[in-house]
Amino acid sequence: MTEKLLISLTVNGRRHDDLVIESRYTLVDVLRHHLGLTGTHVGCEHGVCGACTVLLDGAPVRACLIFAAQAEGRDIRTVESLSHDGGLNDLQRAFSACHGLQCGFCTPGFLMLAEGFLAGRPDATREEIREVVSSNLCRCTGYQSIVDAIERCARERREARGDAR
Amino acid sequence: MSWVGRSAARREDPRLLSGHGRFVDDLHVPGTLHAQFVRSTVAHGTVTGVDLSATLATPGVVAAFTAADLDLGDITAILDRPPSEFVPTAMPVLARDRVRYVGEPVAVVLAGNPYAVEDGVEAARVTYEADRPVVSAEQALAPGAPLLHPAAAANTLVDVSMFATEGIDAVFAGAHRVVRVRVNSARQNALPLETRGAVASWDPREEQLVVHTCTQVPHLVRTLLAECLGLDERAVRVIAPDMGGGFGLKCVVGREELAAAAAALRLRRPVKWIEDRRDALTASFLAREQHYDVRAAFDEDGRMLALDAGIVCDMGAYSCYPFTAGIEPLMASAELPGVYRVPAYRVRARAVTTNKAPSAPYRGVSRPQIVMVMERLMERAARELDLDPVEVRRRNLITEFPYTGVNDVTYDPGSYLESLDFCERLLRDEGWYERREAAAAEGRHVGIGYSCFNERTGYGSAAFARRKMAVVPGFDLAEARMDLSGTVTVTTGTMSHGQSHETTMAQIVADRLRLDIAQVKIHQGDTDRVPYGFGTFASRSATIGGSAVARAASALGDRLLRLAAYLLDTTGDNVELHDGSVRRRDDHGRALSYRELAEVAYLKAHLLPKDAEPGLTASASFDVQGDGTFSNAAHGVVVELHPGTGQVEILRYVCVEDCGVAINPQVVEGQCRGGIAQGIAGALFEQVTYDAQGEPECASFIDYKVPTACEIPDIEIHHLQTPCAFTESGAKGAGEGGTIGAPAAVLNAVNDALRSTGVELDDTPIRPETVQRAIGACP
Repeated sequence: MTEKLLISLTVNGRRHDDLVIESRYTLVDVLRHHLGLTGTHVGCEHGVCGACTVLLDGAPVRACLIFAAQAEGRDIRTVESLSHDGGLNDLQRAFSACHGLQCGFCTPGFLMLAEGFLAGRPDATREEIREVVSSNLCRCTGYQSIVDAIERCARERREARGDAR
Repeated sequence: MSWVGRSAARREDPRLLSGHGRFVDDLHVPGTLHAQFVRSTVAHGTVTGVDLSATLATPGVVAAFTAADLDLGDITAILDRPPSEFVPTAMPVLARDRVRYVGEPVAVVLAGNPYAVEDGVEAARVTYEADRPVVSAEQALAPGAPLLHPAAAANTLVDVSMFATEGIDAVFAGAHRVVRVRVNSARQNALPLETRGAVASWDPREEQLVVHTCTQVPHLVRTLLAECLGLDERAVRVIAPDMGGGFGLKCVVGREELAAAAAALRLRRPVKWIEDRRDALTASFLAREQHYDVRAAFDEDGRMLALDAGIVCDMGAYSCYPFTAGIEPLMASAELPGVYRVPAYRVRARAVTTNKAPSAPYRGVSRPQIVMVMERLMERAARELDLDPVEVRRRNLITEFPYTGVNDVTYDPGSYLESLDFCERLLRDEGWYERREAAAAEGRHVGIGYSCFNERTGYGSAAFARRKMAVVPGFDLAEARMDLSGTVTVTTGTMSHGQSHETTMAQIVADRLRLDIAQVKIHQGDTDRVPYGFGTFASRSATIGGSAVARAASALGDRLLRLAAYLLDTTGDNVELHDGSVRRRDDHGRALSYRELAEVAYLKAHLLPKDAEPGLTASASFDVQGDGTFSNAAHGVVVELHPGTGQVEILRYVCVEDCGVAINPQVVEGQCRGGIAQGIAGALFEQVTYDAQGEPECASFIDYKVPTACEIPDIEIHHLQTPCAFTESGAKGAGEGGTIGAPAAVLNAVNDALRSTGVELDDTPIRPETVQRAIGACP
């Protein structure tokens, strides 16, 4: 468990070589403490709260339930990948417009959850969104504004691509 | 157009949305040691041996300390009350000889990385001589119960009897009807999603211990740190970074943050402690375990004549600092009558100590419970007198203000009746009463419930002094400073942990100085930057902090006006602030921008009037002299009970709230919805349990059910506005109301849905098996 491994990780399109880790280190700890990507948060370390949600090959996963070594060779995306040129993307803007965050601690997890979900289900209904939002815990908002934000982003994306729905 | 009243976009959002928030665990100081705690595995007993040899031999472990090694003062919170009313507890930073709950810290271990420190903690060997644990209030008060603290007879830390209106027994004896409710609420965890944590390091250049800690009360942490470590306050700097919620749990000082700071001081190395979820659930602060036995006398028209309450709060093993174990019983006893006219009142409120993790304030503090009590009394009286429950409330509501109650509290104007009427009308107009009857005809269980309540916000020094706290929080200080760019920095002693103060306080300042909020920056949570303050709790920030900020901004505005009048060669009453400048009222073309004024104030001081100081700063304070200001709301809930699963499904939730002037309506709604979600959590889901040995049974999110988006419904919010007459913005507090009103409304709706069964429930959480039993589906 404490033996050292040499791994490389590809995070947000950038490859990080020569990472010296112990086999027991979780992905979230390596992202946060070795790569300095502290946007991904740790809320429970047992896979329930979802604050550590990142995308692994496009799918939302709990970064506290994956060893860093297991993520080698996979495409990892964190909340830091969402902003472009210093500006917020449409999903982030929707969260702000809908007051989908208060303390902001759970927010990166919800953003990555929504980012992964909407990529596969761009036409999701409000009820489907609500069910996906129930994957993660938020203690501040009561969830309604998070559902609102994701629904708004989905609608705007549909409108942007000329979908009449 | 004014900034106050506008749902301005939050200043906090860009950093929090892009992963650039800076929470305490995001701080990486090179050379940091990670701290974790060896914790008691017995609920009650004596430590007979602590063997840290295997810990110290663990790879990566650098040091480990016991109480004897660190030799720190205890944490003792005080109420200035006689021994018959209050017994203090000495909570050691690390247990000395006695342990009083599972999870109590016994030793601190420090290692070079967060994994090695866990290895070190696991290797520690502690032996105990276990005593019989006290795991309920009933056990604590039983004759012959083991005593947790020798000075606290009958394990009682607080015992106050108050008000006792003359002739109250005769009122009960002669009343048309006396109803009684016994309400019990479970122990809960406030559960900020970010656990507690601290990073402490010694700064040799500043000769200062710098402690980043997620706290709602930075200056109080500094005071206790200085006291415990024997340092001058100047030599301690406490910084609260971005915080992942607090809800009261972080407005008390934790022993772990003191231990981490002491270790950093001892080792002269940075020390980081980040609580894990297991410790947060079992060894942090809990709340809300309360027992009420209350009688009320009513006349035949449903008017309450008298109220007689017995309250017992199970406060766990120690008093929290600075509030003490009095936090819950004193709040409950002072506020119980709430929105109703109660002619006669008597209450005895006690805090008992048990072998469980200690209690701290949690959003609403006792008011979710007292509102349940009052609203259950109204419902039960209505049922027994065959009256409409909303009508019974109407007959009892306070409608003339200011109103001084039997509890010697003066209520400022509110919209108690209006909010209830509005709420009922919403549900009537939507046809829920008809739907309820239609469902009943089909054998389904649909119920409608209400709660009607107020919430004291803006507790000033006078209100806390009445509670006889040795530490009397209340006022707030603010400093406003304009720089050469004409932008403004304002400090506040409050500490936002999700409430959006960087936005809402900037809105207040922007109005006072006729600026865009982009040109206002709010500073909080740094004891070196902020002169003093009591942080954020008890919905005090918008009321007290916001008023101090407003006054400081106005004082800065006055300086700008005086300076401009001199430079524009006119009198003070002929100038006004306008869009980032000061102009002459009689000639708008003659104006000086803030930049130009700042240039004079800082770089051309020789041009200042003779009596003027250089620079552009101003400070102000604010305190509340009377009893504070009362927000109010009515909640209306429709539920359906599902016999097969025992599930309580919320079909509709409406809230009509009045927090005076809403500085930022979207933020207010966020506070309401989030608060209601926590109230629903208390009503239906969350319960911290211990087994008979005092072993905590809720150590993960598997054992402690936090509701998700599937359990919390969409909530419709309507606003009424009765401005506060004495806060600068007219705002009343809005932080806790949702949590206060939700349990009673849900409980009443469930009871309404059960009315065909004759069963009435008075305890929270309402568990599925209770619902099944009540419906008879699960005999």
